[in-house]
Amino acid sequence: MATTTMTGSSTRTTPRRRITKPLAVVGLLALWLVAWTLLRGQDMLELPRATLTDLHHWLNDVNDSVGASRNSNPLFLYFFNEIRAVMDALVTFVQGLIAQPAYGRPVPVLGWLGVVALVSYASWAFGNWRVALLAAGGFTLFGLQGLWQESMDTLALTLVAVFVSLLFGIPLGILAGVSDRFHRLITPVLDLMQTMPTFVYLAPLTLVFLIGPASATIATLIYAMPPAIRITAHGIRSVPAPPVEATDSFGATRRQRLTKALLPLSKRTIVLGVNQTIMAALAMVTVAALIDAPGLGKTVIKALQTTDVGTAFNAGVAIVVMAIVLDRVTTAASIRAEQGGGEANPRIRRLLLAGFGLVAAVCSYLSYTYLWASEFPEGGQLGEYLSQGATTVTTWAQHNLADLTAAVKDGVTIALLNPLEALLAESPWWLMGAVIVLLAALIGNLRAAAVAAVCVGLLVGSGLWNASMVTLAMTLVATLLVVTLGVVIGVWMGRSSRADRVIRPVLDAGQTMPAFVYLIPVVALFSVSRFSAIVAGVVYAAPVAIKLVADGVRAIPESTVEAATAAGSNTWQTITKVQLPMARQSLLLATNQGLIYVLSMVVIGGLVGAGALGYEVVAGFSQGQLYGKGLAAGVAIVVLGIMLDRIARAAAQRSDRAPSANQT
Amino acid sequence: MSTDTAVQPRGQVNDHQTPVISVRNLWKVFGPNAERVPGSAELAALSRRELRERARCTAAVREVSFDVAPGEVFVVMGLSGSGKSTLVRCLTRLIEPTAGEVVFEGEDILRADKKRLRELRRRKFSMVFQHFGLLPYRTVVDNVGYGLEIRGAGRAERIRRANEVIELVGLDGYENAYPDQLSGGMQQRVGLARALAGDPDVLFFDEPFSALDPLIRRDMQNEVIRLHRQVGKTMVFITHDLSEALKLGDRILLMRDGNVVQAGTGDELVGAPADDYVRDFVQDVPRADVLTLRWIMRPARDSDQLDGPELGPGVIVRDAVRTVLAADRPVRVVENGELLGVVGHAEVLDIVAGNQAGA
Repeated sequence: MATTTMTGSSTRTTPRRRITKPLAVVGLLALWLVAWTLLRGQDMLELPRATLTDLHHWLNDVNDSVGASRNSNPLFLYFFNEIRAVMDALVTFVQGLIAQPAYGRPVPVLGWLGVVALVSYASWAFGNWRVALLAAGGFTLFGLQGLWQESMDTLALTLVAVFVSLLFGIPLGILAGVSDRFHRLITPVLDLMQTMPTFVYLAPLTLVFLIGPASATIATLIYAMPPAIRITAHGIRSVPAPPVEATDSFGATRRQRLTKALLPLSKRTIVLGVNQTIMAALAMVTVAALIDAPGLGKTVIKALQTTDVGTAFNAGVAIVVMAIVLDRVTTAASIRAEQGGGEANPRIRRLLLAGFGLVAAVCSYLSYTYLWASEFPEGGQLGEYLSQGATTVTTWAQHNLADLTAAVKDGVTIALLNPLEALLAESPWWLMGAVIVLLAALIGNLRAAAVAAVCVGLLVGSGLWNASMVTLAMTLVATLLVVTLGVVIGVWMGRSSRADRVIRPVLDAGQTMPAFVYLIPVVALFSVSRFSAIVAGVVYAAPVAIKLVADGVRAIPESTVEAATAAGSNTWQTITKVQLPMARQSLLLATNQGLIYVLSMVVIGGLVGAGALGYEVVAGFSQGQLYGKGLAAGVAIVVLGIMLDRIARAAAQRSDRAPSANQT
Repeated sequence: MSTDTAVQPRGQVNDHQTPVISVRNLWKVFGPNAERVPGSAELAALSRRELRERARCTAAVREVSFDVAPGEVFVVMGLSGSGKSTLVRCLTRLIEPTAGEVVFEGEDILRADKKRLRELRRRKFSMVFQHFGLLPYRTVVDNVGYGLEIRGAGRAERIRRANEVIELVGLDGYENAYPDQLSGGMQQRVGLARALAGDPDVLFFDEPFSALDPLIRRDMQNEVIRLHRQVGKTMVFITHDLSEALKLGDRILLMRDGNVVQAGTGDELVGAPADDYVRDFVQDVPRADVLTLRWIMRPARDSDQLDGPELGPGVIVRDAVRTVLAADRPVRVVENGELLGVVGHAEVLDIVAGNQAGA
């Protein structure tokens, strides 16, 4: 409306930019190729696996001196150690309840019967009888798989992390919901927490909190708290204005406004935030096995390190089942929060609540007193069947599908990965750095270029430049695959409601799975290689990208598509000339998110043969003398992430500037 | 609530009464440094568009003044963007005005501190909203008792009073329904009941029926007229619908671009539009339904036979048509025994047939 001047000037400059920008990019890439053929192999800054730079030595020293001062430095004595003590106490307490022998008993306070009964009862009371059955079945399965204690350890850590996350997250979210200033303050912090590849802050945390359950829980709550804050704030902010204004018009105080209008009206969204927090916590708790968190994750890692697909599969199934149970129960709870239970008679419900409560209490008592109800009966052969079955299938696949999988693997590796890796990693560092900065300036803006320059400097300084470029090549290939998948499947879903109905639940399920689990089938099919790491990243990132594209295509007004059809466009024309251009924002967002998700799998990829930065991080956790190098590699991943994110954002902003510049 | 104001004939407001609300030079400017605009003669003189270009400010309400008499239905009318909804929110400071004064029962509301303002909102004003603003998770009774709850009333009292007003607006039987189980019209009845429950002195209506179907809208308008007769509250009513304004309003304030264009009774707006904008606005109004004999009478001529039927000047033309046409001589328009003029067949037919005469 009031933007005639802005729009005018941008339409005037656009044609010129359209001619010069792509040309400049192509020219830059051509120059780079020429320079690469001439200078290939020089100044690559390669660092052999066992070699350390001064920085890495210094980090090792820092680690040692921190370790030495842990019991003398006041910051540790009165702050970090206190936090660790509280966390440890919380974890030990919950573990003592359900997972580990405690309080002078040979078994946990609550045995399997009590846990199953209480979980089912809570699922029924907050959700419905269907999820209660699911919960009972799922938890019994853990026992049958022979993974009862591991499952309970994972559950205990998850519960503690969720408890602490919500304890701080919901009040902070409410504050961010009602205060604009606090919202502005916390949004960049949350952005950073969520942009940062999740597995990366494991390393710095161990520096401060040592490895073990306390660090694992803290890492988990760092990962799980942002959704709680964000979704709570979002829920409060998206409460429709009319009821709130009406509340004000009756002279409500701020407190009344919050308790009588904002909170009740955002209750469902807040419960959804609890759901997201729980899922994030579970995902992270399994990954935190890297820093010695007890539970199912540890079983998976140990099995993967020995390529024991069967055992990994068995534990993976337990993780998936736990994810499904927790997700369904909290989803049912959020539906009940919104609609009520729909019972005809509240009195009958009260009676049932009391009755089942009594049953659960009796079961708990039995499991406290009798060994048969405490330790899951031996002889559950299910776990062995599962792991043998998985091993059989893997062996079969390796024998019979080898041609197919090898073809795919070699195709991607030879056609995409090797050339790109050669190009990125074998360019002299100064050439590569210059190309990155110039590209950032060309497709983004000067600010992105400045950030890129700083990031390049940090990567060189980390002593891991070459590894960073190898990782970058893998990330780019994986992102390319993710975006391709996103566009193909996303457009299909956006255009066909039937496709959407079938595929969306699969994607939703995929997103609730802890990232870890993906590795198991990937390793089974492609064994340990760089390609496996790429596939793991793609599988992890694709659902997000696909959904974003599908939603973008879906959001295009029907009348626009109708107009294109009326003008005689065929399907291909409609897609390429109307739907994709109009969904451009979603495509850009999908690319950006795809990048971030892929990058956050880098460390995990390090477990299955990704090498480069991921390997360094994993090695840093396990070998003391590599600690500093691992820490530097973790930082390098973060730096890569920030660099890619800023360039992608600047590019998105730039292509979006003309239509939205006036919205100030 | 005073019943004597309620039975006062519509359209005749006693000018000598102390106004309930008295608005003087009220400004609401949105944008950076908004407060400098009303004070600066130069900026204040700019048109809306110029102001936006010069100062990046939008003046939603510009120097508006008016009085609302006790017991009257005062309508603020204008098209969307004219500033009417902002104006009504300024009156209770749901939007903070930039400058001016709003005197309510002798007290300048703009000077009230937070506590006093809350008290006023709790006891003296209440508002009915375009999108109802009901709380979906509360039953009708709890929605109606909401204002009382905010005010701190006990549950028993809330339910007693809520049931009273629910009956008043004709919702009995729906006490325990949830808003999403009701039609739009019924939801707005809940909004109406909620506003009435606190027994306020003034009711503000912000386009309450714009979101409703035409038939339901008519029902609700009649409902407001009935309630006004029954409870005699002062009402400030915002609408963009001229026929609604004419139907409900004792007096009408017409706004455009934040300015007052004209203020007066409905027949004044139709009979004597202040400018072309108003004339344009009211041109499709069925004039016979709005104008009174005062607007169409002519001075008696010598040739007139002055022994015809007698009517008051406030009689609406449509109600007089039958009498005028049935008489074989002009109808005399008489007020307090004094002959003001006469109305013959020609004058009535002009209006009924839609001619422009009589303005």
